[in-house]
Amino acid sequence: MASRLLLRFGALGYLVVLLLAPVVMITYRTFEHGVAPVVSALSSPTAHHAIYLSILVTLIAVPLNVAFGLVAGVAIARRRMPAGRAVNLLVNLPFAMSPVVIGLALYTLYGRGGWLGDWLSAHGIQVLFSLPALVLATTFVSLPFVVREVVPVLEEIGTDQEQAAATLGAGSMTTFWRITLPALRWALAYGVVLTAARALGEFGAVSIVSGNIVGQTQTLPLLVEERFRNFDAVGAYSAGFALALISLFIVAAMTVLSRRKEH
Amino acid sequence: MGALGPGAALLYLCLIVGLPVAALADRAATSHFWEAVTSPPARAALELTIELSAVTAAVNVVAGVLLGWVLVRDDFPGKSLVNGVIDLPFALPTIVAGLVLLSLYGPNSPVNVNVAQSRAAVLLAMLFVTLPFVIRAVQPVLLALDEEVEEAGTCLGASGWQNFRMLVWPAIRGATLVGAGLAFARALGEFGSIVLISGNIPFHTQVASVLISGQVESGDTSGAAAVSIVLLVLALVVLAGLELVVRRLARRRG
Amino acid sequence: MSIDAMNVTKQFGDFAALRDVSVSIDRGKLTALLGPSGGGKSTLLRIIAGLEKPDSGRVYIDGQDMTDVPARRRGIGFVFQHYAAFPHMTVWDNVAFGLRVAKADKVTTKRRVDELLELVHLAGLSRRYPSELSGGQRQRMALARALAVEPRLLLLDEPFGALDVKVREELRTWLRQLHEQVNATTVFVTHDQEEAMELADQIVLINAGQVEQIGPPEELYDHPATPFVMSFLGATTKLGDALVRPHDIEVLADTSHGSHQAMIERVLGLGFHSRVDAVLADGSTVTVQLTRAHAQQLELSVGDIVFLRQMPGTTVTAVAPSAAAEAVPDG
Repeated sequence: MASRLLLRFGALGYLVVLLLAPVVMITYRTFEHGVAPVVSALSSPTAHHAIYLSILVTLIAVPLNVAFGLVAGVAIARRRMPAGRAVNLLVNLPFAMSPVVIGLALYTLYGRGGWLGDWLSAHGIQVLFSLPALVLATTFVSLPFVVREVVPVLEEIGTDQEQAAATLGAGSMTTFWRITLPALRWALAYGVVLTAARALGEFGAVSIVSGNIVGQTQTLPLLVEERFRNFDAVGAYSAGFALALISLFIVAAMTVLSRRKEH
Repeated sequence: MGALGPGAALLYLCLIVGLPVAALADRAATSHFWEAVTSPPARAALELTIELSAVTAAVNVVAGVLLGWVLVRDDFPGKSLVNGVIDLPFALPTIVAGLVLLSLYGPNSPVNVNVAQSRAAVLLAMLFVTLPFVIRAVQPVLLALDEEVEEAGTCLGASGWQNFRMLVWPAIRGATLVGAGLAFARALGEFGSIVLISGNIPFHTQVASVLISGQVESGDTSGAAAVSIVLLVLALVVLAGLELVVRRLARRRG
Repeated sequence: MSIDAMNVTKQFGDFAALRDVSVSIDRGKLTALLGPSGGGKSTLLRIIAGLEKPDSGRVYIDGQDMTDVPARRRGIGFVFQHYAAFPHMTVWDNVAFGLRVAKADKVTTKRRVDELLELVHLAGLSRRYPSELSGGQRQRMALARALAVEPRLLLLDEPFGALDVKVREELRTWLRQLHEQVNATTVFVTHDQEEAMELADQIVLINAGQVEQIGPPEELYDHPATPFVMSFLGATTKLGDALVRPHDIEVLADTSHGSHQAMIERVLGLGFHSRVDAVLADGSTVTVQLTRAHAQQLELSVGDIVFLRQMPGTTVTAVAPSAAAEAVPDG
């Protein structure tokens, strides 16, 4: 059928032009001058620190949001959370906010003249332009993913199994570890992958709250931008490629996990 | 877990999300609010952002439904690979997305297409990052559609387009709208992919998020906060409004 | 409108749904495509409708080659087993769909839809949505919807399969009446031989992708072409080399020409008829069906030696000594 082919090529054409061709192009651009420049661009102390920092921040933000996601998810699904609308709004707020706005919100809270800023600096605790700000920003932007994956699954499986476990004498912690968590496996894994992706790739919010101090608060995405602005094309592409490679793995994980979570 | 859980979660939520947003609103609520929001650069940036985000949402409705349809109903070699690739904009850091687009559609473009420092570049970046929204919203609904319904339409004389318009679209329009709303909200706040490719030229290609970033750098935090609040409220209004529309559409299903 | 399917073959991957099938369906008649599940009858119906394309073979409707004509231009009405109701349209809009697609004017549409809703006894429910109707009501709506465009051919794919027994029986009778009123050539698919026997003017028995027999119900029942036909349309039992109906077996006290010696294993009273299981010399069991009165008259009890003989002139098909009643073709 001719119309079917037309639709198919229209759709695939859009994909190629918008997505596939550019992705292929960046791979070419990165290795245009060989592998050696890429490797050296990623071996500099600056790059090493940026990689280290991005991973560190992610490794802090993800478990925090997983813990929150599980606790809040159970509370929301089991209707034990009061004022459901307000909670729903807060949880989904990061999706409605530009990363730059998120950064600014943190800036106003923890900066000079902010509600917490003055008190904290009076006690010698620095938030902005150092690691805590990076963690706070990254946690904010990646907050919703685990909750949003976990709640529908919890609502779907209902409380039957948990009630059965209770009648058999299981306490609430035991029930959670042995009954609830296993049922959430795949949805949770999917949520973790999304959270990690968002955390690693965060740019807008951290660009505001980090001060972009090279070797101290410069994450990998910030490094990409700086190198680009300094006309270090190879350096920018190399760092960008490293991030892109990680996202490729994340996409693969997403594909596999999304199939698993639909049982 | 009992009572401790919900309390701890609520505390976390307020600390991480609620408090900063409240501080932001507080900073914006100065006597200069309207001034900051209606100043020429702010107006230009907001208008540009809203306009291009709306175009993005509209394009996504067409492209998203088309891609969703082809991915669900059509069959061709490599289809599952294509389906997986759709998630790339979700997983790719926005700054890298900017680089990616720049490599093909910027200066030194091998196909001689250079949209750098133009509004087209902003639109391109917005379309890139919002690609999955409508597709992923529409796919499950299309999958759940009974194919016999369309066969019945065909036997009754309907063409492919009539089938789509009268039988398929009513089933997917709610999901499409939700996806479009999410795409709009996302495009509204997009920063990382736009900042490299658009040139950030005030009154021409400067979007609201870039303006805000510039205002912070120059120390005008209350101005930046004012524009931020406008963006935030707009996104929330659109998302809430769409939810209402979708709910009303669902009620007619009977 | 008459239908001629010639040498139709259709494969789905490795599975041969239809193999060189040729069927002629008479104009104006109510024809049943009967057979076991997976036998190919739905595939044949869908090929006639144009919803599937045959790998080889042609389909003629009223003498015209329609094989390459798309379904929407064949002038057919199709009714699905699970109704395929349009969920977001009212009953009225569902029935009006085909007319709206054909851009009929509002007056004609209104008249025709109201007429049809009266015909199927759904006039009072025209504003409801399909989800608010019972299964039987949905199927009547589907029928009205199919008839709205005045199809020259009405095709039904297991139309009552999803309904309760009682509703099924009601709708069966109702379909027959409808057919007599509307008089379109009607073909329906079913795996229920009772339904086919009750409704059809002509039965096409299809098994494993091939036609076993075509003819009026009585002909298939009384003169089955193969053992498969015979056992599909009614109970059978094997007596020696022959396949016979249980109610066509005489139980005699003494041997007689053509009779087989057997020992009674079980006597069951089942309402107005009795069932007697008897074992032959070769160990196989024969089932005999008698009226209750007759069984009581014979005073049969377990362990008796009797002689069983097929009543002369009754239906029989020959079976090879070791062959099963259903021939299994090699794929």
